[in-house]
Amino acid sequence: MTDVVVPLTTKKDWTSDQEVRWCPGCGDYGILLAVQTLMPELGVQPENTVFISGIGCSSRFPYYMNTYGIHSIHGRAPAIATGVAVARPDLDVWVITGDGDALSIGGNHLIHALRRNVNLTILLFNNRIYGLTKGQYSPTSEVGKVTKSTPMGSIDHPFSPLALALGAEASFVARTHDLDRKHMMETFRAAHAHRGASFVEILQNCNVFNDGAFDQVTGRKVRGEMMIDLRHGEPIVFGENGHAGVVMGSDGHLRIVEVADVGLEAILRHDAHRTDPSLAFALARLSADDPGHSTAVWSPTPFGVFRDVERPDYGSMVGAQLAEASTKKGPGDLRTLLQSAGTWQVS
Amino acid sequence: MTDIAERKSAPETISRVVVRFAGDSGDGMQLTGDRFTSASAIFGNDLSTLPDFPAEIRAPAGTVNGVSSFQVQIANHDITTPGDAPSVLVAMNPAALKADLGRLEQGGLIIVNRDAFVERDLAKVGYDTNPLDDDSLVNYRVVEVPMTSLTIEATASLGVKPRDAERSKNFFALGMISWLFSRPREPTLEWITSRFNDDLVRSANTAAFNAGYHFGETTELFDHPFQVLSAHMPPGEYTNITGNVALAWGLVAAGQLAKLPVFLGSYPITPASDILHELSKSKHFGVRTVQAEDEIAAAGMALGAAFAGHLGVTTTSGPGLALKSETLSLAVSLELPMLLIDIQRGGPSTGLPTKTEAADLNIAMYGRHSEAPLPIVAAYSPSHCFHAAIEAARIALKYRTPVILLSDGYIANGSEPWLLPDVESLPDISVEFQEGFNHVAPDGTDEYWPYLRDPETLARPWAIPGTPGLMHRVGGLEKQDGSGDINYTPANHETMVHLRAAKIAGIAADIPPAEIVGDADADVCILGWGSTWAAIDAAVQRTRRSGKKVAWVHLTHLSPLPANLGDVLRSFPRVLVPELNLGQLCRIVRADYLVDAQAVSKVQGLPFTSKELETAIDTALAAVHSSEKGAA
Ligand code: SF4
Repeated sequence: MTDVVVPLTTKKDWTSDQEVRWCPGCGDYGILLAVQTLMPELGVQPENTVFISGIGCSSRFPYYMNTYGIHSIHGRAPAIATGVAVARPDLDVWVITGDGDALSIGGNHLIHALRRNVNLTILLFNNRIYGLTKGQYSPTSEVGKVTKSTPMGSIDHPFSPLALALGAEASFVARTHDLDRKHMMETFRAAHAHRGASFVEILQNCNVFNDGAFDQVTGRKVRGEMMIDLRHGEPIVFGENGHAGVVMGSDGHLRIVEVADVGLEAILRHDAHRTDPSLAFALARLSADDPGHSTAVWSPTPFGVFRDVERPDYGSMVGAQLAEASTKKGPGDLRTLLQSAGTWQVS
Repeated sequence: MTDIAERKSAPETISRVVVRFAGDSGDGMQLTGDRFTSASAIFGNDLSTLPDFPAEIRAPAGTVNGVSSFQVQIANHDITTPGDAPSVLVAMNPAALKADLGRLEQGGLIIVNRDAFVERDLAKVGYDTNPLDDDSLVNYRVVEVPMTSLTIEATASLGVKPRDAERSKNFFALGMISWLFSRPREPTLEWITSRFNDDLVRSANTAAFNAGYHFGETTELFDHPFQVLSAHMPPGEYTNITGNVALAWGLVAAGQLAKLPVFLGSYPITPASDILHELSKSKHFGVRTVQAEDEIAAAGMALGAAFAGHLGVTTTSGPGLALKSETLSLAVSLELPMLLIDIQRGGPSTGLPTKTEAADLNIAMYGRHSEAPLPIVAAYSPSHCFHAAIEAARIALKYRTPVILLSDGYIANGSEPWLLPDVESLPDISVEFQEGFNHVAPDGTDEYWPYLRDPETLARPWAIPGTPGLMHRVGGLEKQDGSGDINYTPANHETMVHLRAAKIAGIAADIPPAEIVGDADADVCILGWGSTWAAIDAAVQRTRRSGKKVAWVHLTHLSPLPANLGDVLRSFPRVLVPELNLGQLCRIVRADYLVDAQAVSKVQGLPFTSKELETAIDTALAAVHSSEKGAA
């Protein structure tokens, strides 16, 4: 036994022969590259891997992976993936979805897959816009967003995907972004390692319909002061030399402070393994002045793994009940079943 | 004295009887009917049942809307229907009498719970005077029994409080009817013992049942009991089965016969939920059931499981079928096997959730966007649901297609004795997964083409995750025939639309031809499908017994239709299509075969009576004869 995984496959083994058809410059390319680069490192095999998507730009993703895959129906990927994962707990099942797909038309399936803790790795590409239908506002678009369907600005209050996932009892919740392949790979690796439903929000730039949506946070020049890197067990500090940090006030609110003003011991220590999700929830709401980032104005935003707790996964529990029933009743016998409601003989 | 005693104890033999138990939703009438049925089944009668209950779980007590009934016909000969008109009505309260009196045959026997005919309950259902005391029931034989007080009396010595004792009065009624029709007591007593864990409840029900039985024996209210001798049924082992249980067992059997694990995705809906319940008890067969978050997810899970190599099933009723439509279209496009089971009920919308109807043929046939044909199988009786489930699975697996199996509330909840099939004789419906490459690329490398079809069935290969080398993507986008790559070219799309249609149409060669029952040279042919089978069967038998000729074709495959159906129908001057809808199959055969078929419709939430169909046949025969005379 060794800790080092000897790659059995190369990136090429995970790349299908299909021509990639996203717009040039789309953030999806970076995510695809991160996943294809990561897969050999996970020590898994393409034939045991399934990618399932709904509808939207991101949902073309499975076509480009040389694995088993389904490009399914708008919003339904988590439900279809639940069928695959419950039927076959031996498989690695990934769900590729977007903000419209997962949070609007498919909201119900997403929350229930998370609640059941189905063994899925869910990657939500959040570009805060509908790309494939050419630029309508999405459930994560900020209030005031002017699009083709909101010429006077959106009046819909948006979702925070992470807060929603946490509210749905997700056992693994993380955020990353399309410009940092290393961070994406690290986050996806952790998500894949988690048994149960893993939910990853990827801030993804749609350079055609919502260009620069995350520039205030992930832009190369501002990143250092705007991105908060969450590390389990470590104080939540960020900025040059870690000068800023997150504290919890006596009113229960999280605030950003200068570490020098309060001292390092006053800074919150990140604990992704806490069963109580309230801290993860508070961190998920930290990203904008207005909770749920309903405005386009951003404040320092946490990235990384918010929550990673253990809970039995759904497919394994289904399997356990099957095994228990077989032990109790013996393996099913058809004739015995047909006689089970009582019979009589006619001679 | 001996004379009287003998008269009282010697039962009169009758060939059949229809009994209807009616009471409040909380009176336990379904249970009472069910026990009477079971005792009769064990006794060897042929039988057929019709449970009839309100949609409300506890409708206001004592109201007509809250009446729950259970009708059963028992006979010493082969019967298929629960009977047109009951000859015995057990009415536990005024509401039950009010609701069901109209169904009773003239001169029929009414047994009422006298204690319930008090002013308040009479007023509740609009009786100004007590019908037991005025002459409104003169055309019937009325037997008044103070069932509530007799039950309280019978259980008092056990220490049962009167309020609790009242709950056992249905067992008093059951005991009385058991005596009246000479049912053996043991099966019911044994059942009570095994069913009720609470000592007091068990002994109260036993005491009430025995009291009712002895009451029948010792009072002079009834001259004598009746008996329905056992029917001459083919020898073998029987069970009494409802359609939903038969369907669930059929799915378990289909999994065994296909050597595939069964996966059910389902959302609770009346009247389909019992299939979910039954399959949830079948985990030792490797059956996985997931109660999904909604109808759409239930279908999606079944499709996902199918992709993963399971027999994917989803169960529902009309409103759920509408929600699953998009998933069915994806399944048509993915060409994966999947079963959708629709237990039809009265609609549209929530409609009559606990009442029967067979009006989902149109949505099953056409209810998907674009060109998305799929096979449809229809079960015709409770026990046939077992075989229909296996047949639907066979077609789905062999042709890699979603299949809709139609049943309805009538056969789903109704029961009949079922001669258990020989498990060994059930068909092998297993199919093979694709294991290796099936195509060679121009550069000589082996590859897997997910849409390379079997030339005979036009089915595509089924390669499941976990199979090395055969990784592939399927999706809702149009694909190139063969390679399965995304392809938007006009000619390819047309090819694919035709191929998908041809695959389904080709199944006609793999199903039995339409068979004529009755007189092939008759002037009138009945074309039936689904649960109308029972009433048609009875009507056809009666018509022929009266010396007239009639033919009957019953369909279990509605898509595709049997290859010879057009020729068969065209050989009759007149074709009648009885349906619990406004003529959905009728329009299909008129359009497909240009035959002048006539619809016979009923949409009352109730099955046809055989009398209604006998009349329809007579009218049609008379019309043919008079037009012949006119022409002569
Ligand atoms: S529309 Fe936007 S999200 Fe879609 S492919 Fe183009 S850039 Fe990417």
